[in-house]
Amino acid sequence: MADLSVNFAGIKAPNPFWLASAPPTNSGYQIMKAFEAGWGGAVWKTLGMPTINVSSRYGAVNYRDTRMAGFSNIELISDRPLEDNLREMREVKKHFPDHAVIASLMVDSRAEWIDIIKQVEDAGADGIELNFGCPHGMCERGMGSAVGQEPEVLKTIVEWVMDAANIPVITKLSPNISHITDPGLAAVQGKTDAISLINTVKSIVGVDLDTYAPYPVVDGKGSNGGYCGPAVKPIALHMLKDLAQHPDIMGTPISGIGGIETWRDVVEFILLGATSVQVCTAVMHYGFGIVREMEAGLLKFMADKGYNTIYDFAGKALPNVTQWKHLNLKSEVKAKINEDKCVGCDLCYIACDDGAHQAIALPTDGSRIPTIIEKNCVGCNLCSLVCPVEDCITMEKFDDGTQHETWHELTESDRIPNTWNDDRAGGKGHYVPEPTEALKTKRADKSGWKK
Amino acid sequence: MAEYKRPANEQEFKENFKQKKPLMNDTQAYYESSRCLFCYDAPCMDACPTGIDIPLFIKQIQTGNPEGAAKTIYDSNWMGNACGTICPTGVLCEGACVYNNQDVAPLLIGRLQNYATNQVIESGKQLYTPGPDNGKSIAIIGAGPAGIACACELRLLGYTVDIFEAKALPSGLTVHGIAPYKITNEEVLAEMEYLQNQLGYSIKYNSPISTKEQLAELEANYSAIFIGVGLGGTAKLGMTGEDLDGVVGAVEFIEELRLNHSDVKIANRVVVIGGGNTAMDAASGSARLGADEVTLAYRRDKSGMGAYSFEYELAVGAGVRGLFNSSPLEIVGNGKVEGVKFIKTESTDGKLNMIPGSEFTVPCEMVIKATGQAKQGPFYSLIEGLEIDQKTRIVVNPDTNQSTNPMYFAGGDAINGGAEVVNAAYDGKLAANGIHEWINK
Repeated sequence: MADLSVNFAGIKAPNPFWLASAPPTNSGYQIMKAFEAGWGGAVWKTLGMPTINVSSRYGAVNYRDTRMAGFSNIELISDRPLEDNLREMREVKKHFPDHAVIASLMVDSRAEWIDIIKQVEDAGADGIELNFGCPHGMCERGMGSAVGQEPEVLKTIVEWVMDAANIPVITKLSPNISHITDPGLAAVQGKTDAISLINTVKSIVGVDLDTYAPYPVVDGKGSNGGYCGPAVKPIALHMLKDLAQHPDIMGTPISGIGGIETWRDVVEFILLGATSVQVCTAVMHYGFGIVREMEAGLLKFMADKGYNTIYDFAGKALPNVTQWKHLNLKSEVKAKINEDKCVGCDLCYIACDDGAHQAIALPTDGSRIPTIIEKNCVGCNLCSLVCPVEDCITMEKFDDGTQHETWHELTESDRIPNTWNDDRAGGKGHYVPEPTEALKTKRADKSGWKK
Repeated sequence: MAEYKRPANEQEFKENFKQKKPLMNDTQAYYESSRCLFCYDAPCMDACPTGIDIPLFIKQIQTGNPEGAAKTIYDSNWMGNACGTICPTGVLCEGACVYNNQDVAPLLIGRLQNYATNQVIESGKQLYTPGPDNGKSIAIIGAGPAGIACACELRLLGYTVDIFEAKALPSGLTVHGIAPYKITNEEVLAEMEYLQNQLGYSIKYNSPISTKEQLAELEANYSAIFIGVGLGGTAKLGMTGEDLDGVVGAVEFIEELRLNHSDVKIANRVVVIGGGNTAMDAASGSARLGADEVTLAYRRDKSGMGAYSFEYELAVGAGVRGLFNSSPLEIVGNGKVEGVKFIKTESTDGKLNMIPGSEFTVPCEMVIKATGQAKQGPFYSLIEGLEIDQKTRIVVNPDTNQSTNPMYFAGGDAINGGAEVVNAAYDGKLAANGIHEWINK
């Protein structure tokens, strides 16, 4: 069986499944329970400046019958006394000496940083995570994402911390910024041992239609929250990639965070360069037990692929993530409908006709199985994405694989289209129905009774 | 032993006739509605005789707008709640759901429909207001689904509407002729009240129209007349023993069952003759009333029955025994029914042959004839110029439901010979628009 243990910038853990600094790591009780359940590490809920929390604190985006596809919170860092947290931290380390216990910290002045680092080191923390990401409340006091959004300030604080700390330091970044590489680079320049990302995204998850207050509502008002959960995973993956590909950042261990719930998510984060992952929302939804699925899935994946450790495949997808200008313009796929599997919902037809490229025709034989109009199909994938049937619409390769030409190459050889009606532009000659054809289609919402 | 104990009171009756499609709770509706694919040009809509925009109302339920869902339903079908419950959804909308094509359970459309309509009926939410009074009055004969639908639609168009109903309750077979486990009287009547409260048509109960003089009066006082009389009572078989004590018609039996519940007396051994849906209802009803032995006798084989197969399964599930290829010869008894004498049959090239010497008698104390309803031919003959087809159905223009006597429009069983409530609801609505078109020509 594969060895899941990790040595993350010097922080050792039996596996890469860590709890993110958040409500599930608010107490020693929870962390011990998590370790018992199979988690390899935990980043303690941020310790630091004293706070008072509000009630209520969380909001969610539900999609159809899926609860918490997105999740938002306005909870601040730990509001428990520091000494209680430190006492419990000692207790956890006593019972789980081989698990990773990382103290997330957020304070203001250099003196405070030095003081609190000393205290968590004394409590037995295996590492420190700098919370430069919290986008609500604390940032109004000049901490959290207020730091993450100012690379120079971030770098200075990292330098203070590196000067004071004797244990590994992870700098946690905020996604609420245009270029994640700016704070990423600042952290590296400050000599951080590692980076973690993403923290939550500034958000309003919804508005109460009766009181007109944003969720979560506190006495009739709300504030922007920090958005997380499955919905933010794509944002996290992209930012992870940006850091992992950056020549001056690559090599710095990255702990991936953002919407991770299943083994597939874990593998994706590792493929894009993470060597530990942190989870919060999935645990808040399902409890610590979900780690069973993550571990079993990851082991199965590694067995299937013949990997012994996660380092065997960490970053393996990075070479395949390139700039758009390097994509092969000569590659061509087209949709294919498996008639035996088609249930006849015709969502592909209407999605293509209304939302894409008018490349699917309805049957005229009274059946409901549509057909692809190959000459119109641009290979956009939309039909295969809306199809409710597994593997019913597949995207088939149409080119012979011998041709390769990119926008970059066209630019280099001065062959890009450069006038408004340039014949070399892509859409030239693509079939598009005449505008008035639209008036002949029957109303999609043929509502009301039929007569 | 009978599967069902004889119900001694209303509570026990309700248990025996437990609703087949109970009302969904909020959570059920939430999860079920989320499964809808929102198909393009959805097959469920096409399968609905009234063309309800099913994907739309399901989406409205999903987005917390059950009132809007109810409006979508009633916009197409004035019997929206009743149809959600009693429609043979398995062969209509739910049967057309594309999920069936991959052996995934189809959406529970009927129950979702009830979930929405029940909410507005319960709250009394006004979804419609009558149109501005146009000074014209329309008479409707029969307060069944066709008549009610016609009345609702005419009120929207601003007509004054008077319905003449022979019985004491509205909704026709919905309250009198549907098996009690499909819908309760309370539920049917609540919808009737809900519609009438909003739209304000008048119903004159216990007011059968049966004479030429009455018709002449209607013709004099109203701009048009809609015939929604349905069919008559159980037709005569013309068989020896038909008048014995203990022989009843299925239509009459079910009506009594609907109105008197546990007070209905059922014999120990019952033979139901017939193979249609009414026969299934009568057989199921007998079993649920606690009869020891219920035999459903049909002269052809099982596949020849007119009933939906799920109706037969329901009857069998209630303890009914099927007896096929058995044609009744006579009902035997002395003053009271003692049995039914049958002869075995076989089909050759579609022709039914009796097998000589195969006679046998099934002993019983009660016979329920479910062999079709009487036609309304004598009544139709009172109306001048009204063309009737060979099956005693009023001939109408399918676009307007106007009969060959231009003042008369018709719908429901009167024009289709006996179909579903949903078909009648469609007919009534269509006729109302036909009337409006004709009057304004």
